[in-house]
Amino acid sequence: MVLGIPDFWIWSAYLLSVGSALLCVIYGLINWNRDGGEQ
Amino acid sequence: MLFNIVATVIFISIMVFFGYAGYKRTKNASDFNIAGRQIHPFIMALSYGATFISTSAIVGFGGNAGLFGLSLLWLTFLNIFVGVFIAFVCFGKRTRQMGHNLDSHTFPELLGLRYQSKFIQGFSALIIFLFMPVYAAAVLKGGVGFLATQFGIDFNVALFFFVIIIALYVSMGGLKGVMYSGAFQGVVMFVGMLALIIFVYAKVGGVTAGHKALTDLMDNTSVQEQVKKLVGNGFQGWTKMPVFNSPYWWSVVTSIVMGVGIGVLAQPQLVVRFMTVKSNRELNRAVVSGGVFILFMTGVAFVIGALSNVLLFRDTGKIALVAANGVIDDIIPLFIKTYLPEWFGTLFLLTLLSAAMSTLSSQYHVVGTSIGRDIFEKSLKIKGDPVIITRVGIVISILFSAFLAWLGNQLKTDIGLIAQATTVFFGLCATAFLPSYIGALYFRNVSRKAAIWSIVSGFTTSFIWIFFIHGKNASTIGLCQALFGKAHLLAGTGLASLAQVDSVMITFPLSMLVFAIVALLTRKSVDKSHVDKCFEGI
Repeated sequence: MVLGIPDFWIWSAYLLSVGSALLCVIYGLINWNRDGGEQ
Repeated sequence: MLFNIVATVIFISIMVFFGYAGYKRTKNASDFNIAGRQIHPFIMALSYGATFISTSAIVGFGGNAGLFGLSLLWLTFLNIFVGVFIAFVCFGKRTRQMGHNLDSHTFPELLGLRYQSKFIQGFSALIIFLFMPVYAAAVLKGGVGFLATQFGIDFNVALFFFVIIIALYVSMGGLKGVMYSGAFQGVVMFVGMLALIIFVYAKVGGVTAGHKALTDLMDNTSVQEQVKKLVGNGFQGWTKMPVFNSPYWWSVVTSIVMGVGIGVLAQPQLVVRFMTVKSNRELNRAVVSGGVFILFMTGVAFVIGALSNVLLFRDTGKIALVAANGVIDDIIPLFIKTYLPEWFGTLFLLTLLSAAMSTLSSQYHVVGTSIGRDIFEKSLKIKGDPVIITRVGIVISILFSAFLAWLGNQLKTDIGLIAQATTVFFGLCATAFLPSYIGALYFRNVSRKAAIWSIVSGFTTSFIWIFFIHGKNASTIGLCQALFGKAHLLAGTGLASLAQVDSVMITFPLSMLVFAIVALLTRKSVDKSHVDKCFEGI
């Protein structure tokens, strides 16, 4: 039981959703000034 | 009611202002089609997110979460990981650079120029022109339905005014108008959904307590009575996956999660966004707001849809589906009307208006450019002002989708038409375009023939599966019944259980296989110097 959800397949989807949003934030911040070298 | 009217009028005035601002800054076809490749990353990310998330996601799929529960969170995961992270990092950067190398303004043009094929450009544009209005009609139905309920006006009257407003600012402002207004609409959507999740989790006693209450519903004898029919289809509760290999499992996993989760990568109205920024740095920055935005859109909609069962059962003794008289698309509007204070009803109304208008404007813009740029200007070589032809194309697509939305409303169906029409379009795009799109960006030695075979076979098999084999789609469309006298071609045969599988699970791998085989057989016919030009800077 995680976050009140008994099924592994459901709470893992919940955590993966939050985790992938965090991944986007971390990736974007790490690469904030890369690849801009404006064609 | 007066507050609703005033807020809506102010909101629409802002949209018209953005349309005018886009109009003033649109000097040529490049401005109209791809916003002059100078869009700010924050505007790009919000516009991408607001285009991606429509009333279909909030009302249609949110309503499906009222039935299927939190199992839809797998779609939220794919929406963020595939729809934002993979899309921006693995597809967006190469699309932007290749689009720049070839000076392509549209998704069909990118494929057409990459494979040096007028046929690919014209045929892809034709698919978009014919099938995008189906998806647009689903979005329209969700937005207009809620608008009509909120203001107590007739669906057809609301539909008329809604399409007039969108037609005005899309045809005036081009992609600049669409993206400026999309970013503003994205902010409204984010505020609305953030307030909604805080409100609902507070109302059910917090995150864990709310989920536990949802789990415990299945122990109630009255609930067990109400879900008896659902259990026969594989339902096990709102915090459990449906039974493996049951009709509900196939519906959730193949149609909703995989169909939309993969299909997002080949959505023409999203791909064109990558061509609007001036460097890959903008895409890196857009990933930050894009991921968080999608989490607060589909994540919130699906959690709210599932938790609506807790509150509705507590107060009315009915689960969400029963309270909404069995109409999936009515679950979210019913929940909002029942539980949220009037001021929040207005905020949510603007959230839904934003979700509908941002997606519709992008859809109409893409259909318009498919007709104006891809078919008339480039494939048929018809001389004329491309922007005017595009504007005519936009008006045609608006009328077509408005007719389909009107038709959808006449059906009064309980099958969740909004989500169904969306999954059909996403699945069709994945099958027809994705293999060639991946090949265009990542493989230098793939030939024009491989792309043509993949697109044509992908579209054809997908069309046949959707219209004649997939039980739910074929029976809704009714063409199979009219031609062959049965709901779908596998009915009454030993293969009937195959009719539960969504087309994307069969036709997408098939399209990939065709692409790979033809590419291997014809790799010697590739123009090396052209490929070098395509991949310059990648």
